[in-house]
Amino acid sequence: MKIEDKKRVLREMVLHRRFEERCYQAYIERKIGGFLHLYPGQEACCNGVMEAARPGHDYVITGYRDHVHAIKCGADPKEVMAELYGKETGSSKGRGGSMHIFDAAHRFMGGYALVGGPFPLAAGIAKAIQLKGGDEIAICFLGDAANNQGVFHETMNMAALWKLPVLFVCENNLYGIGTSIERSTAVVHQHKRVAAYNIPADECDGQDIDIVYEHARKAVEHVRAGNGPFFLELMTYRYRGHSMSDARGYRSREEEETWKQRDPILMLRDRLITAGAMTMADYEALEKETDAYIENDVIKFSEESPEPRVEDLEKYVFADRETQLPWLTGKAA
Amino acid sequence: MANIMYWEAIQRAHDEEMARDPLVICMGEDIGVAGGTYKATKGLYEKYGPLRVMDTPISEGGFTGLAIGASFLGVRPIVEIMSVNFAWLAMDQMFNSAAKVRYMSGGQLTAPCVFRSAGGAAHQLGAQHSARMEKVFMGIAGLRVVTPSNPKQAYGLLKSAIRSDDPVFINEHELMYNMKGEVPDGEYFHPLEGSDIARAGTDVTLFGYNISVHWCLKAAEILDKQYGISAEVVDLYSLSPLDREGIRKSVSKTHRVVIAEEDEAPVGVGSEVIAIINEECFFELDAAPVRVHSALVPQPYNHTLEKAAIPDHEDVVKAVLKLFGRG
Ligand SMILES: Cc1ncc(C[n+]2csc(CCOP(=O)(O)OP(=O)(O)O)c2C)c(N)n1
Ligand SMILES: [Mg+2]
Repeated sequence: MKIEDKKRVLREMVLHRRFEERCYQAYIERKIGGFLHLYPGQEACCNGVMEAARPGHDYVITGYRDHVHAIKCGADPKEVMAELYGKETGSSKGRGGSMHIFDAAHRFMGGYALVGGPFPLAAGIAKAIQLKGGDEIAICFLGDAANNQGVFHETMNMAALWKLPVLFVCENNLYGIGTSIERSTAVVHQHKRVAAYNIPADECDGQDIDIVYEHARKAVEHVRAGNGPFFLELMTYRYRGHSMSDARGYRSREEEETWKQRDPILMLRDRLITAGAMTMADYEALEKETDAYIENDVIKFSEESPEPRVEDLEKYVFADRETQLPWLTGKAA
Repeated sequence: MANIMYWEAIQRAHDEEMARDPLVICMGEDIGVAGGTYKATKGLYEKYGPLRVMDTPISEGGFTGLAIGASFLGVRPIVEIMSVNFAWLAMDQMFNSAAKVRYMSGGQLTAPCVFRSAGGAAHQLGAQHSARMEKVFMGIAGLRVVTPSNPKQAYGLLKSAIRSDDPVFINEHELMYNMKGEVPDGEYFHPLEGSDIARAGTDVTLFGYNISVHWCLKAAEILDKQYGISAEVVDLYSLSPLDREGIRKSVSKTHRVVIAEEDEAPVGVGSEVIAIINEECFFELDAAPVRVHSALVPQPYNHTLEKAAIPDHEDVVKAVLKLFGRG
């Protein structure tokens, strides 16, 4: 990555971190309801991969921990926050909530709440790309524990069989809710699991964005060149609990501290400072600016936006009736 | 009588049955070391160890099938599906294996499994975490479906389900785990079939199950105090089979019917109860039965829309008043 790109990515990652921390606060203030799964600690995964890919051009799909992926693809943070506030201006018009951010215009194909559900959807998106002949690829970001769903294997087989242009990114944060990977999965290193389907795979440090970027570049190139699927495993860690009511009794504070020593944002920051590309004062200013943007733009927008109207409860259940009449009535010309 | 929470009642049933029979085991996601999302298996891992209290991978189809296979050899598994929304992934095994194996083997194999799951809409959990799915389970031959509305039922139904030689699906509710209620001190087995009269009355029957029993009870209170209408509340804790006799008896007494369900209306408990009334006691009716139910929409995240989509006791009151021409 060029130094200018790194500075931009740092700026984005700070936004991603502060955005998520602000969500936490809004949840405590009961502005956000339901489940809320936050991303701090894992920023280098999404950012590193998407820097190697083409955000807004390539199709991205993921699970419920989806705010940052949406924003990285180009979703407006204001609309993502408004969605968490349940507002009509939200990315899913207040109907989806935290686990279901969608931004089709930026080819962010959504967050899904059923573990493993996105695997075959990603393969299907890749199938469509193949049929339509575009140069896009599909990128599926999921956790480590998702690989224990049967549909993981079904999808790997089909993706390999039909050489679908899909990159599977496994963000291995070592836990599925409160169960550590050793206790749920016979193989800790997930990339080994796709060998049976002849899918090329790679594993790397998911905390260092330079490393993620280098590995992701090869992975993306492989898929974009028409060689079929690729599986990239990133070793990472989520700092917060799985969702909001999680006291993290299943892991030690020491383990958490060890991971925080290798914070993806601080590592990139320090590297840029050492390279003379920025100063600590610049970084502090960046944090302040980011917080000001979140408060004055993102939160303000979300607070001030209108709620959906109760009369519209059934909107979006089906296509607009008027547009479907020929088929609904059998009177197609 | 102990006054304990719904989750404690479920935990106690597990504990007693596991202490009694070494072939009773339980499994599910985060049920062991973590003690269960709703604490229903709290302390069991420490007491019975990992061979009998199994933290499973996120493989609902896999571990449900595994439990059913074990039950062929006499193991009595209690499978927790963390949320009923995830049960779709396990239904193939529940329906195609557990529910049918006795019949298709001419009685040679049986699947005495218990499947428990948290159903119902909690607060703003969105479209993929708020499903009510009892309607899906209650039409399956060979599968019993019960749904406790209070700690006593939660305890006694689970006890009976574990002892029963049939597969039983227990539909719990996310919002009810912390509800308190009286549970007998000694061992108690709630009948798997039948219904409970939660409140006796003479003018109208309110049929409910699980959380809607509580809407009905609250509505009955209001109807009594404010409108002088005496409502009987019938708790249909067994959804499969439904209690035809209990339904007939109450309708023959009150001649008016409201069915309250958190599920959406089509192909639901309400339609089924009305069909039973038609078959059993149509001429007892003084008015057409009324259903109170959710809107047919994927559950919206937005709080206001969510409230609009799901009924509550006020809707039950309104329905009754309408029945009496006072709406
Ligand atoms: C089919 C299904 N089963 C269970 C759950 C409950 N659940 C939500 S997230 C999760 C853990 C997933 O872990 P992982 O795939 O590693 O992703 P992470 O949360 O660590 O990013 C579980 C069990 C679910 N949402 N869907
Ligand atoms: Mg994980």
